[in-house]
Amino acid sequence: MEILVCVRRVPDTSENEIELNTAGNDIERDELVYSINEADNYAAEEALQIVARVGGNVTVATVGGEDDEEVLRREMAMGAHHGVLISDEAFSGSDGRGIATILKAFVDKGHYDLILTGVQAEDGGAQVGGMLAALLDYPFASLVNSIEVLDGKKLKISREIEGGNKEINEIDLPCVLSIQTGINEPRYVGMRGIRQVASVPIPTFGISNLGIESSAVGDAAAKVKRVDYFIPSLGKGAEILHGSREENIDKVLELVAAKGGLK
Amino acid sequence: MARIFAYVMHRGGVADDSAFELAAAARKIDAAASPTAILTGWGQDLDAACETLGSSYAEIWKIASEALAYPNAELVRKALLKVLPSDSIVLVPHDHFGIDLAPGLSIKMHSAFVSDVLDIAGAEGVDIEVVRQEFGGQVSAHVRCNISTGAVITIRPGEFKAVEIAPGSGLVVDKSREVGSLAAGRRYLETVAAEAGDVDITKYNVLVSIGRGIQEKENVAIAQELADAMGAAVSCSRPVVDAKWMEKSRQVGSSGKTVKPKVYLACGISGAFQHLAGIKGGPFLIAINKNPKAPIFQVADVGIVDDILEFLPEMTNKVRELRSVVAK
Repeated sequence: MEILVCVRRVPDTSENEIELNTAGNDIERDELVYSINEADNYAAEEALQIVARVGGNVTVATVGGEDDEEVLRREMAMGAHHGVLISDEAFSGSDGRGIATILKAFVDKGHYDLILTGVQAEDGGAQVGGMLAALLDYPFASLVNSIEVLDGKKLKISREIEGGNKEINEIDLPCVLSIQTGINEPRYVGMRGIRQVASVPIPTFGISNLGIESSAVGDAAAKVKRVDYFIPSLGKGAEILHGSREENIDKVLELVAAKGGLK
Repeated sequence: MARIFAYVMHRGGVADDSAFELAAAARKIDAAASPTAILTGWGQDLDAACETLGSSYAEIWKIASEALAYPNAELVRKALLKVLPSDSIVLVPHDHFGIDLAPGLSIKMHSAFVSDVLDIAGAEGVDIEVVRQEFGGQVSAHVRCNISTGAVITIRPGEFKAVEIAPGSGLVVDKSREVGSLAAGRRYLETVAAEAGDVDITKYNVLVSIGRGIQEKENVAIAQELADAMGAAVSCSRPVVDAKWMEKSRQVGSSGKTVKPKVYLACGISGAFQHLAGIKGGPFLIAINKNPKAPIFQVADVGIVDDILEFLPEMTNKVRELRSVVAK
C-alpha cells in the first residue's frame, strides 16, 4: 500500500509556555522549541505499522519552509521511505483551503492508496484532511483510532466518538483519514537515527512543479486570516495560594474536608 | 447578510443542546438573523426532534431519508449541498460529527471555513471576526473570515448561552424530495461502547486527576498513594492515556468519562477544554501545576504553583498522619 502522511512542524506545547510578544499581536516566537505535531507523529507511526503488515511505502510530506525539513528527517528516521518538502513563497499566508489545494496538487502527481493526517495541529483547525478529501472526492473519516486493512479495496476503521465509544466504519480506498492521538505507541527516534538520514536528499516541489494557479493559494486567496493573538480575561480565575508547601497542603486538606471530600 | 443555517444534531427524538447554542451564535453574527434549523434523519425520531425546536427557530428544514438514519458525514454533506443556497452561513457543532462534516462541506460550497469558534467578536461588510483558541487554550486568537461566498463555521459546545428567540411557529419545511438517493464511500457498521475498566471514576467524591505533568508511568503510583490515603480515585487527562500510562476508562473529558465529584484535584493538568468538558456538577477545583500560566488556573477555585512530583507525596504523608491521629 502506498501511504502519504501529511505532517507539520509546530511549537511544542509540552516544551514551551506559549506567551504573547511585547507588541501583543503574536505569540513570542523567539526561543520556541518546535517539533512534529503530536497527532501527525501518530499518523506516521500508523502508516509504518500498516506497511509492515501489508507491504508498501510511506511518504511524509509537509507544506512549509527549509526549517520544516527537520520533521521530515525525523519521520524518515522512524522508517518513512520518502520525505517531500512542498515549498514556495507563493504558498505563504495560505489558509486551510489553500494548504489543502497545495496538497491536492501534490497527490495528483503520485498514486496513493491512503492519505493520513493528524486530527489537529496545536495551532490548527482540524480542517486540512477533510478539505483534501473533498477536493480529491475521496471518502474521509476523522478521529480515527484504529485501522484494519480488509483487502486492497477497503479498510475497517474505528473513530473516537463521545464518552470513549467507538464508531466502526468500512471505508473504500483511496481515502483520507485524520488520526487521533493514542492510536499506537510511536517508536523512539534517537539522534543516531536522524544522523543516518541526514544526507538523504529531500525533493522540493514548488508552485510551478505542481501546476497550481497562484490565485488559488497564498495570502491573496485566503478567506480566513488570523488578526492577532490575545489572552482573554476569564473572570476571577483561581485564588493562588502563596504559602510554603506545607502550608499549602494544610490549606488544601482543609478545603477538601470542608467541601465534603474527606470523611 | 446571507441566510444562516444551523445543522442540528438529535438523538432519540430530542434535539441536542447545541441546537440552542447555534441559534445564539447566529444571533451574534447578525442580530436581525432568523436562523433556520436543518435536520437530517429518518422516521419518528426526526419528526419529534423537529418539534422540539420551535422556541429557537422560526423555520426548520427537515431532510428525511432512510440512508440518513445514522448520521454519516459524507451522506449528510451530499444532502445539504442539494438544498442549501450557495452563499449560506452554515453553523455546525464542533464535535466528532462536525469535524467529519464541516471541512469538506466548505470545500463543496466554495465557502470560507473556521472551526471551533468560541465567540463572535463582530461583523463588518463581508467579514466577520471570531474568537478561537490555540495551543491548548494557552492563547486566544481573533480570526477574520470573509463570508462573501458563504461560510461554514463550527461552534465549540458550551460556549454560547442558549437564547429563546420570540416564540415562533417553528414551521417545519420538508426538503426530502429535493435530495434523492444517496451513496457514500464510507459505511457505518456499529458503535462499540467504551470498556468499563477496573475503577468507576464517576462514583467518587474526590478525584486525584493527573495530566502530562506526571511525566512518566512509574509516577502514577504517587497519585495512587494519595488517592488511597484519601479514599479517592485516580483519574487523568488525555495525554496520560495516549502515553498508555493509564487505562482509557480513567480519562475525564469529552472523549472519556463525564464525572461529577465534590472535589477535583487537577495535578499537572494544563486544562484543555476537551478535558474540562468532562467535569460537571461544579466541583471544588484545586489545580496544582508548575506552569503559572496553565489555562487550568483560569477555571480552578484554588491554585498552587508547584511540582506535583514533590507536592503529592508530601500531601500523602500529611493525610496518613492525620488519619493515624484520628485512628488513635
